[in-house]
Amino acid sequence: MSQDRVFEQSEHRSVQGVETEIEVKDFDLWYDNGGFQALKHINLDIPKSRCTAFIGPSGCGKTTLLRTFNRMCDFTEGVKTEGTLKFEGQQIFEMDANALRVRVGMVFQHPNPFPMSIRDNILYGPARMGKLSKEEGDEICERTLTEAALWDEVKDNLAKSGLALSGGQAQRLCIARALATEPEVLLMDEPTSALDPISTSIVEQLMVELAQEHTVVVVTHNMQQATRVADKTAFFYRGNLIESGPTVEVFSNPKEQRTQEYLSGRFS
Amino acid sequence: MTRDLDAHAAKIGKQDKIATGILTLIVGLVLALLAAIVVYILFQGLGKMLTPGFLTNSPLDDENPGISFELFDSFYMLLWTLLFSVPISLGAAIFLVEYAPENWVTAAAKTAIETLSSLPSIVVGMFGSLFFVVVCNFHVSILSGALALTMFNIPILVRTIQQALEDVPRSQRDASLAMGLTRWETTTKILLPAAMPAIVTGVVISAGRVFGEAAALIFTSGSAPARLNFASTNFGSPTNPWNIFRPAETMAVHIWKLRMEPSQGNDVIAWGCAAMLMICILLFNVLARVLGKALAKKMTAE
Repeated sequence: MSQDRVFEQSEHRSVQGVETEIEVKDFDLWYDNGGFQALKHINLDIPKSRCTAFIGPSGCGKTTLLRTFNRMCDFTEGVKTEGTLKFEGQQIFEMDANALRVRVGMVFQHPNPFPMSIRDNILYGPARMGKLSKEEGDEICERTLTEAALWDEVKDNLAKSGLALSGGQAQRLCIARALATEPEVLLMDEPTSALDPISTSIVEQLMVELAQEHTVVVVTHNMQQATRVADKTAFFYRGNLIESGPTVEVFSNPKEQRTQEYLSGRFS
Repeated sequence: MTRDLDAHAAKIGKQDKIATGILTLIVGLVLALLAAIVVYILFQGLGKMLTPGFLTNSPLDDENPGISFELFDSFYMLLWTLLFSVPISLGAAIFLVEYAPENWVTAAAKTAIETLSSLPSIVVGMFGSLFFVVVCNFHVSILSGALALTMFNIPILVRTIQQALEDVPRSQRDASLAMGLTRWETTTKILLPAAMPAIVTGVVISAGRVFGEAAALIFTSGSAPARLNFASTNFGSPTNPWNIFRPAETMAVHIWKLRMEPSQGNDVIAWGCAAMLMICILLFNVLARVLGKALAKKMTAE
């Protein structure tokens, strides 16, 4: 398999008229019990079965917003929120957090496989929802590892420790692990920033493929990555959502001056 | 300004050599001191220790008194101490690391644990004799002794386990929580296995400390050699070795006791006992390393 070319999405898909998977409306978020406002009046629709990218300089709130989608923000003390956040029409903050996280999976900046075999890594999520037969386990491993483009590299060695994989392989294992609970949404927090260019290209291609059947939301500090993978792009700056829309429009014809300046590299 | 790089290089090179020399000397002194203690104790005690019957004879034997009961009681006391202290410490450490909110109660608990870890063991023994022996009415017994040792062991174990859990990367916790696992599932399935090598090492090293403790036991489990009958099947009998309500004398207490009644014969037994005690503790430390490394390897290797 030749991976030494830069992945380029052939064609961005339209986000107009697409069903909304996650709805953000007049959403505010404070850290330190109200001491610092990290998100200010955010209004944004995340389209279903599309890839959406959050871009913006460090500390602009893009990761903060991403972590509210599966309530990982619950584990930070002193977080307060206001406004509406809905997942498939349901209020996210009224749902059972653990049930929500099964449906909204997450991939992190640094690959974080568990210290166990590849197979156990994958089956870690599904196994707790009911005992799996060997055949069911095999089926889940093959399906998710194939989806994560890792199957061919590890199929003969599923007993190998997840910690023994290279960075790029480990990140694809983490993607496979996230897919194993069959989530509708996949949140990716700078998933390629710790990877080499070849692994980055593979993971970018994966994002586009996964967005056929899943809603993918990716936080990236790499603007080129957003143009390559995302159908919709949202630009954040200092806790504000400055501009959002179809990626092609945001990049070729930004409406706001801030967006223009950021995209042209005048600040970062 | 002129720069004389050669002179500068010579100067810092010399400083570096002097520092290395001094540090090597300090480490050498520490090692020499340790080696001197070990060699001296072995020199004094190894001969007696290897005498036939010393490890297997009763301390009450008139002809050739040994330390078989003390040897048994040391391990039996350790067993009960670990049975009490490991689950409690594990629970406390998990609570402090994973569940405790960051407030003054948690801060006070952490300070209390740190203070407790520097409490003199003789004071723990006095408390044990008042509380476990008198108030709880457990009498001078293995149970009272093991509970006193538990008090002595918990702070150290809690801190070790706390450290081991905190050393598990934040990212693994996040990965598990983000899949919809509860904190409890995350703790039992990810954190504990990942921290296990460090926890096992910590438990075994603390076992070595407990094994050699004397002061906390003098008032709680007694300092008279128990009269044990290994054939006994009456578990309520004071001579039944498995009865935890009987008094017991460990090797460390035995040494103290023998030195309180100095005589030619007692001194020789005390040295033999000291050699045995030291070898056991060295073995604990070796075991801790071997187990820890083996577990860590099992987790990361293919």
